[in-house]
Amino acid sequence: MTDQRSQAEIVRQSLKRRYRKERRFRFYGIAAIGVALLSLVILFTDIIGKGYTGFIKTTITLDVVLDGEVMYLQDAADPEQLDMADFQAPIIRALQQYFPEAQDRRDVRELSRLAGSYASNQVRDLLKAQPELLGTTQTLEFLAHDSVSVYVKHADNPSYSIRLSEQQQRWVDQLVADGVIDTAFNDVLFSRGDSREPSNAGILGAIVGSLLTMVVTLVIAFPVGVAAAIYLEEFAPQNRITDFIEVNINNLAAVPSIIFGLLGLAVFIGLFGMPRSVPVVGGLVLALMTLPTIIISSRAAIKSVPPSIREAAEGIGASKMQVVLHHVLPLAMPGMLTGSIIGMAQALGETAPLLLIGMVAFIVEVPDGFFSSATVLPVQIYLWAGSAEQGFVELASAGIMVLLTFLISMNALAIWLRKRLERRW
Amino acid sequence: MQTANLLPLVLVLAVVAYGLAYMRSRAVAEPLGGIRNLKSLPFYYAARAALWSAIPALIVLALWASFEGKVIQNVVMGSLPADLAPQSEGQASLTLSQISNVAAGKLDPALVPEGIAGAAGLLESLRAQSSQFKAILVLLITVLGAAFAWTRVMPHINARENVERTLRGIFFFCAAVAILTTIGIVFSVIFETVRFFGKVPISEFLFGTSWSPQTALRADQVGSDGAFGVIPLFTGTLMISAIALLVAVPVGLLSAVYLSEYATKPVRAVVKPLLEMLAGVPTVVYGFFAALTVAPFIRDVAELIGLEASSQSALAAGLVMGIMIIPFVSSLSDDVINAVPRALRDGSLALGATQSETMKNVIFPAALPGIMGGILLAASRAIGETMIVVMAAGLAANLTGNPLDSVTTVTVQIVTLLTGDQEFDSAKTLAAFALGMLLFIVTLILNVFALKIVRKYREQYD
Repeated sequence: MTDQRSQAEIVRQSLKRRYRKERRFRFYGIAAIGVALLSLVILFTDIIGKGYTGFIKTTITLDVVLDGEVMYLQDAADPEQLDMADFQAPIIRALQQYFPEAQDRRDVRELSRLAGSYASNQVRDLLKAQPELLGTTQTLEFLAHDSVSVYVKHADNPSYSIRLSEQQQRWVDQLVADGVIDTAFNDVLFSRGDSREPSNAGILGAIVGSLLTMVVTLVIAFPVGVAAAIYLEEFAPQNRITDFIEVNINNLAAVPSIIFGLLGLAVFIGLFGMPRSVPVVGGLVLALMTLPTIIISSRAAIKSVPPSIREAAEGIGASKMQVVLHHVLPLAMPGMLTGSIIGMAQALGETAPLLLIGMVAFIVEVPDGFFSSATVLPVQIYLWAGSAEQGFVELASAGIMVLLTFLISMNALAIWLRKRLERRW
Repeated sequence: MQTANLLPLVLVLAVVAYGLAYMRSRAVAEPLGGIRNLKSLPFYYAARAALWSAIPALIVLALWASFEGKVIQNVVMGSLPADLAPQSEGQASLTLSQISNVAAGKLDPALVPEGIAGAAGLLESLRAQSSQFKAILVLLITVLGAAFAWTRVMPHINARENVERTLRGIFFFCAAVAILTTIGIVFSVIFETVRFFGKVPISEFLFGTSWSPQTALRADQVGSDGAFGVIPLFTGTLMISAIALLVAVPVGLLSAVYLSEYATKPVRAVVKPLLEMLAGVPTVVYGFFAALTVAPFIRDVAELIGLEASSQSALAAGLVMGIMIIPFVSSLSDDVINAVPRALRDGSLALGATQSETMKNVIFPAALPGIMGGILLAASRAIGETMIVVMAAGLAANLTGNPLDSVTTVTVQIVTLLTGDQEFDSAKTLAAFALGMLLFIVTLILNVFALKIVRKYREQYD
């Protein structure tokens, strides 16, 4: 009797301690999830905080007198004269209207560094296209110089250094007050390729490059992956070769992506003599990399088709191939599509193998085909993130936001497809 | 004709073959009293014609297109006069680019030696001939295949069986691409690695403690012979991976435990996809985050408490990499924990154990092998991860145990050695392949081992 009571007593006494342990354990779990979610939140806020200014451009709008004498240009239709003419001068004149006191050499130089370095090209291109404008006054919108842009956007941010002289800062302040310098949505970002200057750089080239690469990847990886999955699920005999294929697929799924870059470099570029930096090679490498993902998810989709479907088709005399192509494949298609979209999203965010096959080159033109030099969005982000010029960091984060938007929409599409099309048996 | 134009042409011809064979099979069936007197449906006769016209042609086209560049190159290089024949591979690639620039009209032929200009002419004519021959051959094969299939549209031939066997063959080939890829990987690293070990002894590579892959431009240069000891790279990789695992394993495991044992269904439905979002973020984004936010933050904090930290500390790269593999660990552990039979859990709870006691004393030991497998897979992922370390870890190969110091990793060195313009046969470039081989072997061993554990464990409870 006493023994039992004392045992119950021991249990009762220990209960408090055990419950405390229980609560502590539960708290650890919540804390772990909290840490993970907190890092997600920090990651996203950091990138948005760094990058939203990348979507803003700084412009400077001036009434430019296209005076032939100032530019040393008598006839704007003469290409030789166009080559020699000074298109910087009218811009400086236009700025001097606001600051008549800026006349000596140093002032003029500082003044000329308010408008971006492509401003004079803009004037030239305008006159080239419409020679009759010579002698007229035009209201032109230029991109501001990078250091002006940094000053306007980040004047109170200590992590940016202001590269304007005090005089220039005073001028810029006044021009901002007058509404000459203004900020607007950065359409340059979506309409140009890379540039050495942040204000002129865009991600259009990289987006097109990514798109071309993804087309190659999809065209190769999807049919091959689905066919491989069909073979392994429906036709493969139980033998060594099949086992070997399966082992290979599982291992390839875990091989570091950079190894695929080495493969691309040695085989596609070294052995087959394909050109470097082109979407075709990038797409091939990424296709090989995503193939295991697509095969594995396609096999799961085929497996989920109930045997009764197969048996019914076989029962009315369909051949094995007819069963597969007419019945199993259409029913498994939604699952295969979902898996492929997720695989493609992975490939879209992949950087490392593309570095090795030369897609890191500095490319200004927007690529126009599968065999033209290109870069892709993640590589562009990598290049900008490592760039010394301070305006590139915000562009890199803006690029990240664009990339994440693509990825999130692809994954959302996959989820939607799964919900919409997948049948429960 | 270009491959890009030839390809659609072949496909169009295949479609034409399809149509012709289809019509012929109907015509053949007509006098017999309808298509039911054919051995196969007209579709199969037509499909067979399309396959026979397209497949051989596409195989020839693919082989030709893959090797024509190399073959022409070799012929052109062989045609160079003896005084212009290149002595080294670096020189060879220089000469080659000169020739192709002349041939493309980018370089004035007057500016180069006569032999080069001649070779450029040869290059151009060979290219033209090759593409002509290619077009003729491929189209001929297409037409012949279609014609042969057309004559074989006969009522007693079972075209369906032919088509199905061919399709099966294609499916098998697609599955075998996985093997081909592995073979490709092995061979692409093995050749260069063997050449590398011809220049640098294997013992120096594996056991050397200093890494500075400089190769001399001149023989008398200071520090002319590079050091290719892989130990500092390995310790760097291990340190960063260890930091990553120190973050990811507790966090991932505990979240998995909470999600599978405690969380209510709605909480799980929200938290799980959010965690998986971490896995969907591209590595370049993590690299950006590590290099521009975490690393400066760690440096500032270290300064504040009086420690000296590099702006490219191993800690920053490791922490961020840890965040990246949290979902990896958590989803794998989640699977494993859920695979533990319900009976074990119920038995423990029925004996009066609390949930945490059940977890710690019953489920966890039962799931341990599976969890270990998951951790090994996560480790292999951490070792092979590239972008985070390329952007956030340093380039200097320090042999150090201080996580605030800058270290470099195997993957960083592969990228640094292979980006930029290097000649293909310098010890520097070859070293990258040797590192790739090392990386491949290490991750392969980890993966095979881990997959074996996971599979064995699964079988145990299935």
